[in-house]
Amino acid sequence: MIINHPLLGPCDAQEFVYKGDASLIDRPDGMADGTDAAFYDYAYLRDNPAGEHRELWYHEQGDRSWLVVTRNTVTHEITSVELARDVARSMGRSR
Amino acid sequence: MHDLAPMTPLGASAPRRDTIGPVTITEAPDWALTSVAARLGQEATSQAALEKVMGNPAPGIAGHTSGAIFSAFWIGPHIWMVEAPYATHPDLAAQIKATCADTASVTDQTGAWVRFDLTGDDLPRLMERLCNLDMGKMQAGTARRTVIEHLGCYVIRHADSITIYGPRSSAKSLHHALVTVAKSVF
Repeated sequence: MIINHPLLGPCDAQEFVYKGDASLIDRPDGMADGTDAAFYDYAYLRDNPAGEHRELWYHEQGDRSWLVVTRNTVTHEITSVELARDVARSMGRSR
Repeated sequence: MHDLAPMTPLGASAPRRDTIGPVTITEAPDWALTSVAARLGQEATSQAALEKVMGNPAPGIAGHTSGAIFSAFWIGPHIWMVEAPYATHPDLAAQIKATCADTASVTDQTGAWVRFDLTGDDLPRLMERLCNLDMGKMQAGTARRTVIEHLGCYVIRHADSITIYGPRSSAKSLHHALVTVAKSVF
């Protein structure tokens, strides 16, 4: 599998480590009301779609950037690769 | 007083040099290294400060720039490794920190790496057995991190040579890989 790194271009998937569902970026506020339930969802509940899936990949053997890869779990086709930093910032996160 | 003799990464008093077929692999211990990581929101100012010290611009993505004294290569978004001759710049990190101040985190890396310079013809034939990088397409002035012999290494492509930085603590493993592959190719 080849991941088209947004900065470095096509890179072999063996350089990357899979880090889980991209929803992990959206960590709940630990100080808010009802945070127990929010963290239960965050830590344990995952969608398992047969189809398009957004996931985190870490370029461990490259420039060590975190990526959000949109991959079809049935065909392994990758439709989009973004820097996780840009995705987090577009969601209103400061860093 | 201690009377300590300096030792190269391969553990000898003089740098190792191996010539195998058309390729020469030279251990190059005489380089000072420093990493410079821009702090959040200070990317432009730290880049300007680095340019001021080096006299040439900080390299762009996957780039390597070399000047009269300082050269540098890109190791990640807004992170660079600066190189200078150790004999004249043993205090490279302090010198860069003085100019970058609080715009960047500066770390001395001199003792962390072993550097091998590869010269000769047919270097792509050697590199294609060692790592994922496509040396045929890699232009001079490109620097990438990759895996060689299970070790995370930086590979820098110059016009007529290739520089490899690997972890100093695994210097002999990396050297063994380079020599073994060279012997099998040539």
